[in-house]
Amino acid sequence: MIQEETKKATYNIPVGPIHPALKEPIRLALSVDGEEIVDADVFVGQVHRGIEWLGMNRNNPIQSIYIAERICGICNICHPFSFVMAVEHAAGITPPPRADYIRAITAEMERIHSHLLWAGVAAHEIGFDTVFYFTWRVREEIMDLIEYVTGNRVTKAMFQIGGVRRDITEEQLPRIRQSLDYYKSIYDKLEKVFLDDKTIRMRTMNVGILKKEDALKLLTCGPSGRASGVPKDVRQDQPYGAYADLGIKAMTPDMVTGTVVGDVYDRIIVRLLEVKQAVEIIEQCLENMPPGPILAQPKTAVLLKALTQAEGEGLGRAEAPRGEVFHYVRMEAGQSTLATWKVRAPTYVNLMSVPTILKGMQIADVPITFASLDPCMSCTNRVVITDRAISRRSVIDYEELHRLSVEKTKELPQ
Amino acid sequence: MSLLGENIWINGLIIIFGSAVLVFIGGVFSMLYRGIDRKLVAHMQGRVGPPIVQPFRDVQKLMMKESIIPDGAVSWLFKAAPFICLITSALLLLYIPLFGLQALLGGFGDALLVVYLLILPSLSLAVGGFASSSPYATVGAQREMVALMSLEFPLAIAIVSLGWRIGRVTTADPFMFSTIAEHPIWSLVGPLGIVGALILLFTLMVVTSGKGAKVPFDAAEAETEIAGGILVEYSGRNLCLFYIADIIKTFAMASVVVALFIPYNLSPLIGIGTPVLAGIVDGLFFLVKVLAVMFIGISFIRTAMARFKISQVSWVYIIAMTLIGLVGLILIAVDLMV
Repeated sequence: MIQEETKKATYNIPVGPIHPALKEPIRLALSVDGEEIVDADVFVGQVHRGIEWLGMNRNNPIQSIYIAERICGICNICHPFSFVMAVEHAAGITPPPRADYIRAITAEMERIHSHLLWAGVAAHEIGFDTVFYFTWRVREEIMDLIEYVTGNRVTKAMFQIGGVRRDITEEQLPRIRQSLDYYKSIYDKLEKVFLDDKTIRMRTMNVGILKKEDALKLLTCGPSGRASGVPKDVRQDQPYGAYADLGIKAMTPDMVTGTVVGDVYDRIIVRLLEVKQAVEIIEQCLENMPPGPILAQPKTAVLLKALTQAEGEGLGRAEAPRGEVFHYVRMEAGQSTLATWKVRAPTYVNLMSVPTILKGMQIADVPITFASLDPCMSCTNRVVITDRAISRRSVIDYEELHRLSVEKTKELPQ
Repeated sequence: MSLLGENIWINGLIIIFGSAVLVFIGGVFSMLYRGIDRKLVAHMQGRVGPPIVQPFRDVQKLMMKESIIPDGAVSWLFKAAPFICLITSALLLLYIPLFGLQALLGGFGDALLVVYLLILPSLSLAVGGFASSSPYATVGAQREMVALMSLEFPLAIAIVSLGWRIGRVTTADPFMFSTIAEHPIWSLVGPLGIVGALILLFTLMVVTSGKGAKVPFDAAEAETEIAGGILVEYSGRNLCLFYIADIIKTFAMASVVVALFIPYNLSPLIGIGTPVLAGIVDGLFFLVKVLAVMFIGISFIRTAMARFKISQVSWVYIIAMTLIGLVGLILIAVDLMV
């Protein structure tokens, strides 16, 4: 059927692996008829770094935390977060409540900075550089706050198995509240800039529509899924850490507009709402933070011994700024390193919706539509299927993958 | 022969040397104005921005770089397009009154000729784009053609309405810049007509932004979409020629707006008799006028808007701006009747 359509003078435009619209390498193969896209396909695999293998071959799981942190430069809270949860699950360690709260605070600070970063990039993609500079200037405040709380702007090194490495003290609270107040005061302006501007509406409304059925079928997660009206949020559905106390509600665009379209505009709404929500969560956490230790086992040597003796599998799920991030670890008794480590980042599933949302759009819509999923390639590229013995790449089709998944699910501990 | 008058040699020499001097001075000021535009935009965006002489440095650097011609390109066309673009842009400077003086070739061409000349740089850009055989450049060239055709409607309406109104009060060619300068539109019309003329001025400002190929009308070059579009395969000297041509074209377009709607000189108003002093004052006043037009038509618009899609560019010009221009024309016509 597609063959029939593409017969009339379509030509192929490769977008990527290197292209100004893409912040990280990925290849989009577009079949174009004039300005309209008739077919699209995605090819990943340009930034494969073998990071899981690296993490499994560190001396011990504590060192692997820092590898987990370096999976992605932006999500460097949610990856270690879900990694330590997986290890804690496998080794049977429970972090103290105060550590849970500090973890939630850092995770929400990351969400604010990531969403603002995305908003700036999105503005740049539609050629609105003024808004891009404005948003990134607004973002500097949270970066300063992150540096103040964790000691670093980017790789924060906050997480430890069984807790966190830095406490938030009483003296730090006024400075944190000051930043939160800044965001509360500027939020209306942000909303006005992004939701009311005529040209932004022209470029984002009814562009890159992902319907709710498609979002469910393609397992779209995170803000992209929520913008299509799928109220899925790990913090709401399976609360972890301090989120159980906080009562999180998944943000959907109908809270502002009353309807769900599932276009780029809705994705902007969801992310803006989540910035507001994150500020509120941090405030709640600061108020309700219980006193107590921040580590279950402060002595690293004792912790390492316990981890070496631990046996079993562990899962960690966290709501990253881009969606659900999932870490799986297997630990064997007497082995100091991890036996298995598997990471599934949100972009991996969100990329499945790229052909659907690009079809029927114009070439001009490609950058903003693709960016609206907030794709993060460095998180995604971890698997290359090659068969060395017969030196050719094998493709696993849907049925085969489904069969393997069912088999694997049956093996998993209930 | 009759065109050049009695003293064919002297007039010919004046035109040749005058052209060279004018293109040189016009080019230098155009580049300075691009620097000022970039600085203004940077300040509006909360950035420091490049120094005002940055365009000169860009040109110097581009001239030193290697010019690469892609394998699949139509080589001679690919190399010729930048020259045609620069020459036609420079030609514009000769037909437009600059620095408070008469246009050098003002006796040989009027505002309508300028409208046609304004098409040529865009056309050679598109030719260069098609000749470079890159899919991005092809998309860019197609967009350039669409934008070019869409722009003509409102541009023609603005200029023709002006000429038509001026033609009602004088027997001279109403499209000559000298006639337009003698009969400024503002002094011919009543209150309704002034509103109409303001609307036409607005139309022309938006056209200026499109002719300058700046955000929001830079779909043909759209960096984040098609990686520079038409210019994607150009490098070194060839890119430099396009760069200068674009700068000159923008300056020329702003000068056209000044010549059509603000053809006033300062020296008669403040009563300076000495020709040299009056020339300096008028020249500076012209620069201020062009700066004002460029600030509103280029810098401000590109700071305040996102890039349109080509379909939206087309819609804005063919439908929105054309209708707005027609409203201006009708207002002027009604003003004439009442």
